[in-house]
Amino acid sequence: MVVPLMHVITVAGLLFTIGVMGVLFRRNAIIVFMSIEIMLNAVNLAFIAFSRYHNDVNGQVFVFFIMTLAAAEVAVGLAIIIGVYRNLRTSYITDINSLKH
Amino acid sequence: MSAALFYIFAGLLLGSALFVVLNRNPMYSIVALVFAFANLAGLYFLLEAYFIGVLQVLVYAGAIMVLFLFVVMLLNVQPDQPQLGVVPLERWWYGVLVILFVVLLLILVGRGAQGSLPAAGDEASSIGSVRAVGEALFTKYLLPFEIAGLMLTVALVGTVFLAKRRI
Repeated sequence: MVVPLMHVITVAGLLFTIGVMGVLFRRNAIIVFMSIEIMLNAVNLAFIAFSRYHNDVNGQVFVFFIMTLAAAEVAVGLAIIIGVYRNLRTSYITDINSLKH
Repeated sequence: MSAALFYIFAGLLLGSALFVVLNRNPMYSIVALVFAFANLAGLYFLLEAYFIGVLQVLVYAGAIMVLFLFVVMLLNVQPDQPQLGVVPLERWWYGVLVILFVVLLLILVGRGAQGSLPAAGDEASSIGSVRAVGEALFTKYLLPFEIAGLMLTVALVGTVFLAKRRI
């Protein structure tokens, strides 16, 4: 019994949608950040599936670079969240609106 | 790849990802996300991407999630209070649009990718090995590899600059 490629891609699509819903509907900045990680991982899964399907190593190299990027992004982003918390005493994105008013 | 294992891992992955988004307690969300990444590593192993699978456990489930855990503990984040109706209406429309986009993309991809993934051992594949990925990284992608190292250095300096009170 083999798995159709479409099923793997569908799992990746569902994972991406879950991540987008987290970004849109959660107010806690840390959860929003975790949802972004979920979206990056959905893309990685699609890359790996197509890399296996075409028997091509390039997709896996791309995933390697995306992981490097995610690590850098998480470090900087969490530092920003800590900085915002230090100044405003909140981590809710609805409360961070001083540029709006 | 083993079909039964694939569906088990995929189900657990999607379930724990939903738990991350729906749960009010950030601590539970982080633990669920670690579990989701472990399941994703299982999927990578099934897809015979061994190097990437190990990296997933080391970098994501290990390093990145520990960073999240530290920040949540540092900020002492309390569980969210339920606030129904606080989500603006247009966000629902964004959500619907995104779902439509993903469905259309899947339909488009589905036309081109009709085949199925080769079963384990069916077709000897070594593209996921450390050797194959390393060879590609250090020959064809040498310059991007160096730039990635530079980017990590910049991120390190930037993080220290942002997190330190007084330089």
